[in-house]
Amino acid sequence: MTPLNSAHALEIIDLKKAFGGLIATQNVSLSIRPGERRLIIGPNGAGKTTLFNQISGDMRPSSGQIRLFGTDVTAFAPYRRAHFGLSRTYQIITLFAGDTLEHNVTLGLLGLRPSRWQMWRPLAAYGDLATEARRILDAVGLLHLAAHPVSDIAYGEKRRVELAMALAQKPRVLLLDEPLAGLSNSERSTVKSLIAAIPRETTVIMIEHDMDTALDLAETVTLLNYGRVIVDGERDAVIADQRTREVYLGA
Amino acid sequence: MKWIGFALLAGALLLPPLLAGDFYINLASQILIAAIFALSLNLLVGFGGMTSLGHASYLGVAAYISALLTSKYGFGHGTAALLSIAGTTAMAACFGVIALRASGLGFLMITLALSQVLWGLAYRMSNVTNGDNGIAGLTRPAPFGISLESPASFYWFALIVAGFAFAMMAIFVSSAFGSSLKGVRDQPRRMAALGFNPWLIRWITFIYAGFWGGVSGLLYVYYNKYIHPTSLSTTNSAEALLGVIAGGSGTLGGPVVGAALVLLLKNYVSAYVERWNMLLGLVFVFIVLVMPSGIVPGLSRLAAELRRGSR
Repeated sequence: MTPLNSAHALEIIDLKKAFGGLIATQNVSLSIRPGERRLIIGPNGAGKTTLFNQISGDMRPSSGQIRLFGTDVTAFAPYRRAHFGLSRTYQIITLFAGDTLEHNVTLGLLGLRPSRWQMWRPLAAYGDLATEARRILDAVGLLHLAAHPVSDIAYGEKRRVELAMALAQKPRVLLLDEPLAGLSNSERSTVKSLIAAIPRETTVIMIEHDMDTALDLAETVTLLNYGRVIVDGERDAVIADQRTREVYLGA
Repeated sequence: MKWIGFALLAGALLLPPLLAGDFYINLASQILIAAIFALSLNLLVGFGGMTSLGHASYLGVAAYISALLTSKYGFGHGTAALLSIAGTTAMAACFGVIALRASGLGFLMITLALSQVLWGLAYRMSNVTNGDNGIAGLTRPAPFGISLESPASFYWFALIVAGFAFAMMAIFVSSAFGSSLKGVRDQPRRMAALGFNPWLIRWITFIYAGFWGGVSGLLYVYYNKYIHPTSLSTTNSAEALLGVIAGGSGTLGGPVVGAALVLLLKNYVSAYVERWNMLLGLVFVFIVLVMPSGIVPGLSRLAAELRRGSR
């Protein structure tokens, strides 16, 4: 493992990604400190999710480097990055619809444990996994639905299961891809307080369009447009910046 | 309710050698062999989401290795069985590396192609395999000095192996690894993001399925005392796949029921109708129309509805 005292939790150096002639990420460089709360904003198609996909390893960048706590992970497969402390949620809900909430969260726990290779012992025999999964479900307020299949629960609850699965991994860096998308006002405030309660050992990087909620959670903001970093810095400075108004907030 | 089911099952498994004639005992043995074969295929198809059309490779190769070692090279049955299973499993490891470069239809085509290669070799390498004549005059093993020549004794032997195979595969799919496998089937991307290695999970499952396919191949050659290239044919793979889908892929009982159905149709109907395949096709269409997820899931849903209705 790399030293935890590395200056940056996540460092992106001159990242480029092109799909044929379409350039989705252009010379993106970012440095995010351990424990930082970073919000990534930008119009639709600015390349926010593409950037996340490259950080998580779902997509290989055309060039450039991604470093997690000082280690170059650019060539790492997604599962290796997960073992390095990186976790993510998806903009489009990606859960195991036929399985119970408890099983979904259990998979999140299992992914980082050696017992995921165990073939001769029923999963149900791991009492500690079940206890831990239920504790996490309780933390996101879904314990009462633990035994229900994901397909039975409401959309807003699925968003919270997404979050619970990622939190189960106690990540060092957490990527949240529109955690508030499609939620009602009351659900928003629930999820907002869940995100606010994430411990400082976890660096949080979030894509979100709901500025009212997201700005409260963020310390620093990066504005992307056409795959480029337009403005990057402390929250209030970025919001006050003229270019942010032009590109994103609108007049 | 559960106990009645167990009692019925135990009765169905124990009765053939006690009551029925040799024809039915032999049929029951064949069903057990086909059931192990279908169960092993179901690990790929049902639990892994990897539809293979080449699973006969493992049955056929295990059978051929055992047949050749015992008849041509003078090996004892014990050693031959071990070498046969080891060889088949190693072959599965190699085939897995090739086939898992693709998924979906590509995976299906690669498994089909690989099995066709083996089938062709079995036909053409006649100096080794006797080609179209097959290898005849084989013997059955005599574990612990117990002869398996009588239909009843072979049935008990097959029942013990099948019971063990069923238990092992049942534990496999309910284990932590089994959950990883099902997860990779449903959401491979999410599973990778959670720290699972999808490729390795699929490859290990591929090898494990090959191993049990090999076990069914051993029983197959012991039962028939004869082996022919058709054991490696696509028809053999496809019949098993049909059984898995008709019975209910991704369930434990489904492949057993499906394998039994295919064999019963084959044995009974072929006595009356020459083109029994056509009837198999019609039955399959009927099942797909009435119970799209297969007989076992279909019947359990029906049972659940009846229970709700009677309340």
